[in-house]
Amino acid sequence: MIILVAIKRVVDYNVRVRPTTDQSGVEISNAKMSMNPFDEIAVEEAIRLKEAGIASEVVVASFGVKQCQETIRTALAMGADRGVHVETEVELQPLAVAKLLKTIVDKEKPGMVILGKQAIDDDANQTGQMLASLLNWGQGTFACNVKVDSDKVIVSREIDGGTQTLSLKLPAVITTDLRLNEPRYAKLPDIMKAKKKPLETLTPEDLDIDVSPRLKILKVSEPPKREAGVMVADVTELLDKLRNEAKVI
Amino acid sequence: MSVLVIADHNNESLNVATLSAITAANKLSDEVEVFVAGNNCKDVANTASKIQGVSRVLLCESEVCVTQLAENIAPLIYQLADKYSHLLSAATTTGKNLMPRVAALLDVAQISDIIDIESEDTFKRPIYAGNVIATVQSTDIKKVITVRSTAFATASSTDTAVSIETVAAPVDNGLSCFVSEELTKSERPELAAADVVISGGRGLGNKENFKLIEDLADCLGAAIGASRAAVDAGFVPNDYQVGQTGKIVAPKLYIAVGISGAIQHLAGMKDSQVIVAINKDAEAPIFQVTDYGIVGDLFKIVPELIEALNS
Repeated sequence: MIILVAIKRVVDYNVRVRPTTDQSGVEISNAKMSMNPFDEIAVEEAIRLKEAGIASEVVVASFGVKQCQETIRTALAMGADRGVHVETEVELQPLAVAKLLKTIVDKEKPGMVILGKQAIDDDANQTGQMLASLLNWGQGTFACNVKVDSDKVIVSREIDGGTQTLSLKLPAVITTDLRLNEPRYAKLPDIMKAKKKPLETLTPEDLDIDVSPRLKILKVSEPPKREAGVMVADVTELLDKLRNEAKVI
Repeated sequence: MSVLVIADHNNESLNVATLSAITAANKLSDEVEVFVAGNNCKDVANTASKIQGVSRVLLCESEVCVTQLAENIAPLIYQLADKYSHLLSAATTTGKNLMPRVAALLDVAQISDIIDIESEDTFKRPIYAGNVIATVQSTDIKKVITVRSTAFATASSTDTAVSIETVAAPVDNGLSCFVSEELTKSERPELAAADVVISGGRGLGNKENFKLIEDLADCLGAAIGASRAAVDAGFVPNDYQVGQTGKIVAPKLYIAVGISGAIQHLAGMKDSQVIVAINKDAEAPIFQVTDYGIVGDLFKIVPELIEALNS
């Protein structure tokens, strides 16, 4: 079966993002960009399923500005087979991404779609569930273990109180949590080879999908700052402060 | 129009995070209804019926709903959605799993993890691990929302119960089925709702040393949390993780032990009332958000702290 993986180009997780001076958005013009960390885990999982002989081909899709192609090349260097880029300057929100992905699913007919559980920029945690909903497929969100068993996939999920295991009928949508696997680094020869792997470019208009944002960002601001605290010398002073100043114990 | 809150529960009791979602719902409308889907979960419906600000409870009890699979519950909520302007749930793993599925059926955006309500269509929510707060306005007719429970007070209970009405059970669509669940058993308070949280990080060094955190937590009746590094290293189970992608906590007192304070961790705890850090590195970023910091060897300081608290 084909596995489709959705990947997003985001501000690198080490970058501390700030609002622009006019508060209309965030200052990211010179920020380092990377593949969303959860999506790297998704790519890794798909490649492992191919190495295990379960998947026949790994297709990665990324939507947005032209530079998303660099992110797709990164996934191809890790071991994915080909890429699909839907190019647009519009700020894509989860529902639009889910709709675009559905058109690619309709065309590619994958047996599984793997996505990161959330992107570390908008922290939405929606796209996988929305895609599963639009396709009327089962969903294994926040996955920490994925095992394919003939026409089913057994998914263990990180939930608030511990771990839950579900069995989903294939095809299904999986979203990855942090501990599903540790993504590999692409080796230099693979980075070279990735440049020659096929990458199809489309537009939302080609796919006939309205990607206009449903949420308007009115303002972006910094959260209230915490007052700088004090350093205490020892346990006695700490307990004194907690009891008599902060009054929390 | 009225607002529907989807209850998060385990068929026995209502998750306290739902009480915060009810408070948020009451800021949007005087007509707040609560939907309880499960099996043999009348106690949950009874509890919900006595919460301040709730005007009606809808109850669906069925074998199909017992494990609350999103594949079966989302179409059920979609069918009920007509008369509501807003559909809310707490941003628990259950809510995060379910609500986007409902939003897609309704062809509307979801507004995730709101921390404030400005008007019926305008909300505040953290983005970029809480480094930035976005004010967003929904242009959709219906709003599907998940609520960050630490940002809203819990609704209180009253003596009078409102009516509970039955909703017909859904048909199992067979897309998914429940296999098993392994829940962490603990006598301690629940992490997301505790007054005091003691968290341990990589500085603990190994799983055995994490017992220090447990001993300290026992002295203070605290819940235990951990940094991602401690969870990845296998010191504690995944559901202990505090941070951007783990649990969001805001206790009265948060003590970070051997945690350097990556922005992803700070995102999960920086709204705590009082923050204490114990770390050997005076330059650790955690000290930028602490009220009281101690620089030193945690293996010396934590036992001293335990001894002082016990005496």
